[in-house]
Amino acid sequence: MPQSQTLSGGFADPARQSAHAFRSVMEAMARPGSLHDITGAEPPASLSVATGAVLLTLCDTDTPVHLAGDADCATVRDWIAFHTGAPFCGPADCMFALGTWQALAPLSAFPTGTAQYPDRSATMIVEVPQLSASGATLTGPGIKDNASLSLPETRAFRDNHALFPLGLDFIFTSGSRLAALPRSTEVR
Amino acid sequence: MTDYNFAYLDEQTKRMIRRAILKGLAIPGYQVPFASREMPMPYGWGTGGIQVSAAVLTPEDRFKVIDQGADDTTNAVSIRTFFERTAGVKTTTATAEATVIQTRHRIPEAPLTEGQILVYQVPIPEPLRFLEPRESETRKMHSLEEYGLMHVKLYEDISRHGHIATSYAYPVKVEGRYVMDPSPIPKFDNPKLGDMAAIQLFGAGREQRIYALPPYTQVVSLDFEDHPFDPSRADHPCGLCGAEDSYLDEVIVDDAGGRMFVCSDTDYCSARQAAGHTGKDAA
Amino acid sequence: MYVAVKGGERAIENAHAWLAEERRGDPGVAELDVAQIRQQLGLAVNRVMAEGSLYDPDLAALAIKQARGDLIEAIFLIRAYRTTLPRFGASTPVDTGAMACDRRISATFKDLPGGQILGPTFDYTHRLLDFKLAAEGEVPDAPKRDADLADVPHVTGFLNREGLIEEAPQDDTPPPDLTREPLEMPADRALRLQALARADEGFTLGLAYSTQRGYARNHAFVGELRIGSVPVEMEIPELGFAVEIGEITLTECETVNQFKGSKTEPPQFTRGYGLVFGQTERKAISMALVDRALRWEELGEDDQGAPAQDAEFVLYHADNIQATGFLEHIKLPHYVDFQSELELVRKLRREAGAHQVQEAAE
Repeated sequence: MPQSQTLSGGFADPARQSAHAFRSVMEAMARPGSLHDITGAEPPASLSVATGAVLLTLCDTDTPVHLAGDADCATVRDWIAFHTGAPFCGPADCMFALGTWQALAPLSAFPTGTAQYPDRSATMIVEVPQLSASGATLTGPGIKDNASLSLPETRAFRDNHALFPLGLDFIFTSGSRLAALPRSTEVR
Repeated sequence: MTDYNFAYLDEQTKRMIRRAILKGLAIPGYQVPFASREMPMPYGWGTGGIQVSAAVLTPEDRFKVIDQGADDTTNAVSIRTFFERTAGVKTTTATAEATVIQTRHRIPEAPLTEGQILVYQVPIPEPLRFLEPRESETRKMHSLEEYGLMHVKLYEDISRHGHIATSYAYPVKVEGRYVMDPSPIPKFDNPKLGDMAAIQLFGAGREQRIYALPPYTQVVSLDFEDHPFDPSRADHPCGLCGAEDSYLDEVIVDDAGGRMFVCSDTDYCSARQAAGHTGKDAA
Repeated sequence: MYVAVKGGERAIENAHAWLAEERRGDPGVAELDVAQIRQQLGLAVNRVMAEGSLYDPDLAALAIKQARGDLIEAIFLIRAYRTTLPRFGASTPVDTGAMACDRRISATFKDLPGGQILGPTFDYTHRLLDFKLAAEGEVPDAPKRDADLADVPHVTGFLNREGLIEEAPQDDTPPPDLTREPLEMPADRALRLQALARADEGFTLGLAYSTQRGYARNHAFVGELRIGSVPVEMEIPELGFAVEIGEITLTECETVNQFKGSKTEPPQFTRGYGLVFGQTERKAISMALVDRALRWEELGEDDQGAPAQDAEFVLYHADNIQATGFLEHIKLPHYVDFQSELELVRKLRREAGAHQVQEAAE
């Protein structure tokens, strides 16, 4: 990858852009299934803009990141390393994992927290081909009656919810769009 | 104060707080440990709320700060000024106009809406702390959902006084799982915690904990079938605006024992007065 | 007619102006400058650096001036400033064996390699007010001799050779960082020492004293107390070796504690350790005693239920910035919670009264 590509594509105004990006991520996590636009990052072409912005907003030298499948390439590694300083690691030790739904399987490889510290669990950034408010039905905290989200499947999320308060939390990205699905959400 | 970053905190600290907020939202009512930083105001004066606000504010927000329901109490003034200086955010006293509201000890009377964020300052985040001083023990109790001690305490109150003798910081159970301290709000405010359209974030700086309630979360005040929860308030209308549904401050007006009752939520009260409502003590 | 109190903003501004005036005092008296504080109130500066966890004598002196001599307030100013500083890296561990000692005493051996160096101590001064100081501060030069450049070996090293004191093997595990991660229980020794190094001197002193009076007594001897300067080195990745980036003054105290042995350990001496920025020997000795008391579990001793043995109690209450903030926050308005208590007490009294009337009637 040309060096210029590694060095570019970060936030030009990190304090303000990450503040906006975080609000999108927070709204998404607080209102499972809701869709949000998130911009400001220009990661390498294999990553979506939304994924880039999420990484810039949440990752740094304190957050081990696991790259799954095609995401684990020099281009992506160099970009993440330069812009966030995040160390790379295997699935069992990660705070964030990044990849397509297929590449991230099996989910059992990722930390779901401990009984006393359920927060010590991975946040999964899942690149999906498209994201829309249709498909699986979601209920739970953050959702007034119910919501719909185009999930890659339902079974895995039901199993994850059954672990509550342990479990994984998901951020789905597609283009400049994102949605989230925390462990607290019931999926039908 | 241009030497400091937007909203004072450095970006790495904000990221750490933001990650804690997200986990808090994913596990409603669970206290997420976070590496609280020393702030330029004392621990116990809202440093947890300030760090949470600093992590969520954007330059376009409208920020409101209340202490005891009022915008003009000294510590509310001090915190509002801090963010005006360090984040350059616009501030407001109008609840409906605010996008982020930092509060100490009250939930505004006017219902909050989607798009708003309520940030609580929390002194002691652990609802079990006064029953068990050890963090290592209370953490175990939460992990095992062992809340018997809390029910015993509340029931002892009933047998001794005929009532649950907790009038503020009244414990709640979130989504049937975690018992949570709602911060020292009067129990009158407890019913507003559940099913709220706004996001509720709780920050305890000295105790290094963040927790959260996503919108429309089920929050139940602990009680017993034969002694249901009672969100009582002083049985008076507001002396200034005549409101009969608001939480009241008692003000001593002379040294002959004269007193009057006024809304603790100053914005609610002045908006009602502006709309023509008057109480018996109004000019 | 009632008008609600307003004007918090102006009240605050006026209070600040008054505070500034009080800090300056009588303008007819020369103003203190920061260099004077640094030079002449050195022990106050040292305490502020130690508990503020920032080694910068000039900033500590400024903080003392700004805080009107209130050291906890000065420590708070330093802590609040410190937390905004970017972190470039960590130094390599300092070598206190290579310390250029201004003071080095051992209470366990009359003489030993490196000798006893009394140094600039209050120890044998007669505490008589020196009224001459009120008039003039000039003092004659103290006698000098050339510094002994040889390393001064640690006293515990002599005991170690005989196997009389517990081993303290080198451990290169990076210690947890109290200022970047929330305190978590149980805390290992590295974390406990870190917390004690910035703990309030008075609190640490009180706890240490309690161990001497029998609350988890641990029979401490000052094996060695040394004060002096050590170089601070940092590995520079681009260079591949460590370079000296400065020099700091430290106080180190190693206690030698009697130990009759336990189920798991043979009889031998054990260690308590204190290491603090600057010349801060009361704090360093206190720290060593409290460190030793907190080690009861790893040494297989009994839990006597003493405060100094209780890591959660000690570590959660030793920080004077946390403590003073929370203590003083009760000055803030509590109208709302007080009002709800008021309503409750009135209600309970009403009911109790009705009860009594009823009983009297029966």
